Amino acid sequence: MYRYDEFDARFVRERVAQFRDQVARRLDGSLNEDEFKPLRLKNGVYLQLHAYMLRIAVPYGTLSSRQLRQLALIGEKYDRGYGHFTTRTNMQFNWPRLRDVPEILDLLADVEMHCIQTSGNCIRNVTADHFAGIAADEIEDPRPTAELIRQWSSFHPEFDYLPRKFKIAVTGAARDRAVVRAHDIGLRILRNAKGEIGYEVMVGGGLGRTPMIAKTIRGFLPKTDLLAYLEAVLRVYNLEGRRDNKYKARVKIMVHEIGAEEFARRVEAEFAQLDGPAIAADPQEVARIAAYFAPPAYETLPARSARFETAKAENRAFATWASVNLFPHKVPGYAAAVISLKGIGDAPGDITSEQMRVVADLAETYSLDELRITHAQNVVLPYVKKDDLFIIWQKLVDAGLATANAGLITDIIACPGLDYCSLATARSIPIAQALAHRFADEKRQLEIGELNIKISGCINACGHHHVGHIGILGLEKSGQESYQITLGGDATETAAIGEILGPGVPADDVPDAIERIVSVYLAHRTAGETFIEAVRRLGLAPFKAAFLEKTHAPA
Amino acid sequence: MSTAKRPPLPVILLANDLLDGEVVFWTGASWSPDPKVALIGHDAETASALEAAAARALAANQVVDAYLVDITLDAQGHGVPNHYREKIKTEGPSVRRDLGKQAGLYNIVANGN
Ligand code: SF4
Repeated sequence: MYRYDEFDARFVRERVAQFRDQVARRLDGSLNEDEFKPLRLKNGVYLQLHAYMLRIAVPYGTLSSRQLRQLALIGEKYDRGYGHFTTRTNMQFNWPRLRDVPEILDLLADVEMHCIQTSGNCIRNVTADHFAGIAADEIEDPRPTAELIRQWSSFHPEFDYLPRKFKIAVTGAARDRAVVRAHDIGLRILRNAKGEIGYEVMVGGGLGRTPMIAKTIRGFLPKTDLLAYLEAVLRVYNLEGRRDNKYKARVKIMVHEIGAEEFARRVEAEFAQLDGPAIAADPQEVARIAAYFAPPAYETLPARSARFETAKAENRAFATWASVNLFPHKVPGYAAAVISLKGIGDAPGDITSEQMRVVADLAETYSLDELRITHAQNVVLPYVKKDDLFIIWQKLVDAGLATANAGLITDIIACPGLDYCSLATARSIPIAQALAHRFADEKRQLEIGELNIKISGCINACGHHHVGHIGILGLEKSGQESYQITLGGDATETAAIGEILGPGVPADDVPDAIERIVSVYLAHRTAGETFIEAVRRLGLAPFKAAFLEKTHAPA
Repeated sequence: MSTAKRPPLPVILLANDLLDGEVVFWTGASWSPDPKVALIGHDAETASALEAAAARALAANQVVDAYLVDITLDAQGHGVPNHYREKIKTEGPSVRRDLGKQAGLYNIVANGN
């Protein structure tokens, strides 16, 4: 895992000291709220419905056991004993007191963590494929790239006050598990005809009020040109992006308004006149970063583990979990295990301090001390020997973390919604809970197969509803919560924005509405066809008809 | 505050405590985390007094995000916000009944300042 160098460490400590001073000045009245708010946001402190909220960056979703234990401690000491993982793989605490935040930031700095650039109009935490380094379809681990971008973008003076926030995601694989086309910049590592490694650069994706799928503006960018090219993109946006209207300020609007070709032309023109070699990272530094992400010391193991096979044969619940929550590892004898934070009836992404410690211990003992946070609000143990899976599962069962639903209909993404978020127009979590209860039956979930439901509590779309196979958006209609349902969204390399099925429905009607949609799929699917494939083949019409058909109460 | 449109009467005044973030209510004399002791503005005059209290508290850096909320009186004569958003704000998360005001848990340090 990446370790801070002395400059990183000093920067973070200095920032904590600055914030401590800013809080003190806010308290003695030298700073008013208008002056203080941008400063607290720069340090990840939001004011939510019930309390302040602290958002902690988890760069490219990678954490060590020590870091997760520190989060557990913070949750216990300064919060209410739990935290929440977001779709940007960050952790949020819901109840910190402003007066305690400087101390929390110090505790984070102790484990090389911080809240810098988790808010505000700057380049935010860089996310990546959560199966980085372990997926068989990977060309290169995306994390050295993500780390390079993190270093380049941290405190970048030119891009500290952009027209709006700016999100970058990187994947190194053919399959997109990082939703890169829904980011301001999405990068995909690929190989050109000569076999050289570079990037496909996609720009102008984003969800929210105006959802857009990113457009490719460069099919192949040599690796060494990365930072200069990013600088050119950011510069074009920074100069010409709209600052007059918050709703039109994201780069996606600019790309949409002038067209991807024109945007690309301006970027290329800027890129051509930049001093590329001066901007490019020092090759030694690139090598230093890459070394941190070198493959760990794997053991040579047989691909088949007799212990694993026996445990599956003897324990049906374990076999189900193994068939659903494991991801194949490129190294024989290993697997990546998804720990679902979507227990039936749980708030998606929430994890207690006790559970954090259990997961940290498991990672330390069985996964080379490392874990990953996914944009789907789950946790991954990336380097598990198949031999150890059964004991891990038993410990997960004890901690209430062994739900076998990764990728299934109850593995629902949901933002905090109105239960916590001051921007929300409706609640998200209760909808996720009701749907999880409705589809809790394990056999039925497996029969339905891969199906992503994503829920947002307002148009800002933190719950990624636009790219859910089924998306649910909570709105307010005549003083009541109302839920708009979309169909056909896709968060992968075939990214698509879902289409609205009809008028919003009240919260109580959501499970029945989803049930009707799922029934259409079950009735019409062909052998082996997934939900999203069936939606693409059948089109919206049959689903729309079923959605609009009201459930009639028995007479 | 001054630019916000006054909601229909009766109203209460709520805000977040600057230091602790807790949702607090103006009692007529001070800020309390307990919605039951909120001063209820039944008439325009009291509503104006609530607005003035909000302006003073904002200027004195005691609270942030202060605004009037229209309510309905329950059987005990306590104000219950009409809108579901402020109702959740005065109770706590609907998905965690063990947290927030509904559980008697205040996220505030007594005699804090
Ligand atoms: S989508 Fe809206 S309600 Fe949900 S977390 Fe984002 S801003 Fe809050």
